[in-house]
Amino acid sequence: MQYAVTVLNGLALGAILFLIAVGLSLVFGIMDVLNLAHGAVYLVGAYVAVALIEGHASVAGFVAAVLVAALVGGLAGAALAGMSIPVRGHLDQALLTLGTALIITELISEFFGNEVRSVAPPPGLDASVGLFGQAYPAYRLALVVVGVVVAVGLHLLLERTRIGATLRATVADRQMVEAMGIRTRRLVISVFAAGAALAAVGGVLAGPVLGAQPGLDDTVLLLALVVVVIGGLGSVRGALLGAVLVGQVQALGVALLPDQASFLLFAAMAAVLLLRPAGLLPARGPAHA
Amino acid sequence: MSPADTNAADTNAADTNAADTNRADTNAADMKAASMRTVMAVPSVVRGRAGRLLVPLAVVVVLAALPLVLGAYPITLASRVLAFALLVVSVDILTGVTGLPTLGQVAYFGAGAYTAALVGIHWTSNAAVQLLAGVLVATALALATGAIVVRTKGIVFLMVTLAVGELTHQVAASWTAVGGTNGLAGIPPISVLPGGPALTLSGFVYWWVLAVFVVVFLLVARAMRAPFGRTLRGIRDNEPRLRALGQRTYSAKLAAYGLAGAVAGAAGTLWTAQARFVSPTDLGFDVAAFALLSVVIGGAGSLWGPCLGAALVILVRDEVSDYVDGRGPLLLGIVFVAGVYLLPRVRAVLGRLRAREKGFP
Repeated sequence: MQYAVTVLNGLALGAILFLIAVGLSLVFGIMDVLNLAHGAVYLVGAYVAVALIEGHASVAGFVAAVLVAALVGGLAGAALAGMSIPVRGHLDQALLTLGTALIITELISEFFGNEVRSVAPPPGLDASVGLFGQAYPAYRLALVVVGVVVAVGLHLLLERTRIGATLRATVADRQMVEAMGIRTRRLVISVFAAGAALAAVGGVLAGPVLGAQPGLDDTVLLLALVVVVIGGLGSVRGALLGAVLVGQVQALGVALLPDQASFLLFAAMAAVLLLRPAGLLPARGPAHA
Repeated sequence: MSPADTNAADTNAADTNAADTNRADTNAADMKAASMRTVMAVPSVVRGRAGRLLVPLAVVVVLAALPLVLGAYPITLASRVLAFALLVVSVDILTGVTGLPTLGQVAYFGAGAYTAALVGIHWTSNAAVQLLAGVLVATALALATGAIVVRTKGIVFLMVTLAVGELTHQVAASWTAVGGTNGLAGIPPISVLPGGPALTLSGFVYWWVLAVFVVVFLLVARAMRAPFGRTLRGIRDNEPRLRALGQRTYSAKLAAYGLAGAVAGAAGTLWTAQARFVSPTDLGFDVAAFALLSVVIGGAGSLWGPCLGAALVILVRDEVSDYVDGRGPLLLGIVFVAGVYLLPRVRAVLGRLRAREKGFP
């Protein structure tokens, strides 16, 4: 059952990609900013894991790394939101966020060097489980579970709570929400912070699979961009669908045609964009109709 | 008034005030203001025309004299700046003039660079042949991909061009016939005259690069002042209106994409001529991002501004880097972030100065 293993690998990658891409997508939906520093925030999370738990794996250490990464990522996201709010125009925003990404990644490689670093999965998840008659790393299964939990949690938050309703309304028509007396500025900053926190947590969780090294931020940013563009900018369901698809395409590509894996990926993105320029599941609302 | 009349009237207006304004970018509102100024301040037209010819001429003379005063390393750096600046001009044709933000010009830059390298290794060291072959291949590739790409716009255009750039990068990295990830090394030095000596000195190569740069730049500047360029600016400012006036915006955009591809291809052959080495790194994501950011920081829409932006980016990344312990990218990041907040102020001050000079407070 080689194929089942590939599908599982794809789901694990998809779970990580969802954590990263959902913030990128929501920030674009709510404030029309394409945050190109999102990959750098992910890398910050990965290096938080390296700093805290490299070499001495423990469950407490791993949980601490996740919490610290969420905090650092959230602060970075809030700062980025504060910096981006006064900047108008996609090109100036690209200049700002890519410039910030350069600064962050250079500082990281200044402190941690340029070698590939890796972190071990927490004890208890570092074993393999028998699956379809093969040994499969338990940690990857855990990643799939985390991805599902986060997706369900976000869905409930967005569809069942007042905050979620405000957020969906802001994506659809920000002026109207403001006209009704809701302060969108605070909401915008918290969405930016939450998205960045998720990306940083993604960096910790992906540590045992992808490791940490300079340049990984570009790879992850490109994958996340492909995810949100395939799924539809500004939509959580779209980010989920995009992440699952990209995870599958990437895992299948690596298994079948290792050299052409990313060729397959970008070709898939180009095809989706040409058939449905707004993505597969675009955000609902007049702004993106 | 029929659409053709409107267009002709527009072109006349452009000719009248072309002498007055030495910026290549002018949107409709600027044009109107500029033509008013021309009418009201006649003597400044004469001064303006002289200044318009004098400054670029002085710049070219200074650039041409550089090999006489600088050593081999700074001259190689200058060649690199000019080749990259030409790539940035191609990005500007699409991003600044037509309003289509692109990350894909590295694909055609790479096509030009690899074609020149293959021609140099297997056929002839004649730089003109390499240039022609590179431009042809890049244009053909641009027209083939552009036929699909220019159907999109905005962020989607940005992402599709990113895909084009990354796909080309992947092809270059995985195709063993062009060296794979190792790239192509051992490219013989170029020669300019048929059967002439090989140009091994960096000063001579620089003169070739400068000559091609100046010629291509002038051709692009001419095209951007012609009705074609005005159509492109019209697409940037209000595409539905242009379509309503009867313009075929799709073919104009495709032509712009082809032109930009040709310019990027020329830039690629210059890159090969000065480096004598091509690798997939030369068409990676960061090159695409730096090219786009050079346009933004230099002022999208103007042609010479982005060239200054290109010079700034290459100098900080490759040269100043050595003085700050290899931390060029960090400095570049700071420059970009500072640029976002400072540039609008600089532009406002410049605009006010220019207005005062013309007698408009």
